Amino acid sequence: MIKLTINGVAREVDAEPDMPVLWVLRDLLGLTGTKYGCGEALCGACTVHLDGEPVRACVTPIRRAAGRALTTIEGLSPTGQHPLQKAWVELGVPQCGFCQAGQIMSAAALLAANASPSDEEIDRALAGNICRCGTYVRIRAAVRKAAKP
Amino acid sequence: MRAVMLLLLAGCSGPAASPRPPMPAPAARGELRTPASFDVIADPSARSQAMFAEIGRVLTHPRCVNCHPADDSPRQGELHAMHDPPVVRGAGGRGTAALPCAGCHQDRNVELARVPGAPNWHLAPSQMVWLDRSVGTICTQISDPQRNGGKTLAQIQDHLAHDSLVAWGWDPGSGRARPPGTQAQLAALFQAWMDAGAVCPQETVK
Repeated sequence: MIKLTINGVAREVDAEPDMPVLWVLRDLLGLTGTKYGCGEALCGACTVHLDGEPVRACVTPIRRAAGRALTTIEGLSPTGQHPLQKAWVELGVPQCGFCQAGQIMSAAALLAANASPSDEEIDRALAGNICRCGTYVRIRAAVRKAAKP
Repeated sequence: MRAVMLLLLAGCSGPAASPRPPMPAPAARGELRTPASFDVIADPSARSQAMFAEIGRVLTHPRCVNCHPADDSPRQGELHAMHDPPVVRGAGGRGTAALPCAGCHQDRNVELARVPGAPNWHLAPSQMVWLDRSVGTICTQISDPQRNGGKTLAQIQDHLAHDSLVAWGWDPGSGRARPPGTQAQLAALFQAWMDAGAVCPQETVK
């Protein structure tokens, strides 16, 4: 059994130590907000936070999360009122929506470290999150809206 | 007439070429020459330079130079392609807050996803450029405390011998090519190079 905290709740999961965090979240715990994209850490759709640091859940073994705190899109804000989530809704950012959880989790990590990023810093921070619908312009606008002026 | 021809022939022959210094036999494919094999070179300076040239076969390998670029992007593969996804150096060579190296690279290779990994995965400091540099230039950088992290040569030898990120080069996973020899053989060569005077290869540097 591996003990960890997920979205503020202490959990014990019965999983092989090398099972990817994404498998644990989606298949064992039913937390399906985190998406499976490429499975090779190349697209960013599965981004979650481990002790506040963004990691790709598809390649991160659950043993790495033992005794630590995982945050998924479901736990970013209990009420969905994180500034990024509000900006996402206000600007209608998603098209198909598949990549958006990962986009928001990467953007949240950026804003936690840099509350007022420049456009260049936003682009650089989200360069590893792919959107096949091409909503990059709206993503950047929403991050800018959620950032402190 | 005959005397003129002889003079011309003598003029064409030029001075006698100096004999080439002895060199150890080539290493087998994928191997490194041992320190003892360089004993055929009597001059310590020439022997030391020759040993570093052998060390350079490791240091200029893609597994090593790909994370020693002059710019802020690591490289990938045998042809030094830019890193995908596009990442940047960030603080301490560990990426940025939103895209840290450790976000993808674990403490070991993830074979299922072909993502390489080792403890302390990071980019070498920007003053330690190896990509597109000659072996002599790399040697000069390694020997300069101003550009080698303030280390003594003994500390660098210890780093080469025991660092887990160095060790990854010989266990890169997913069918990636390995540098010649082993980590232990590299460390032994480096020690022998030091013992012979730590002379950098004299060559055209860039």
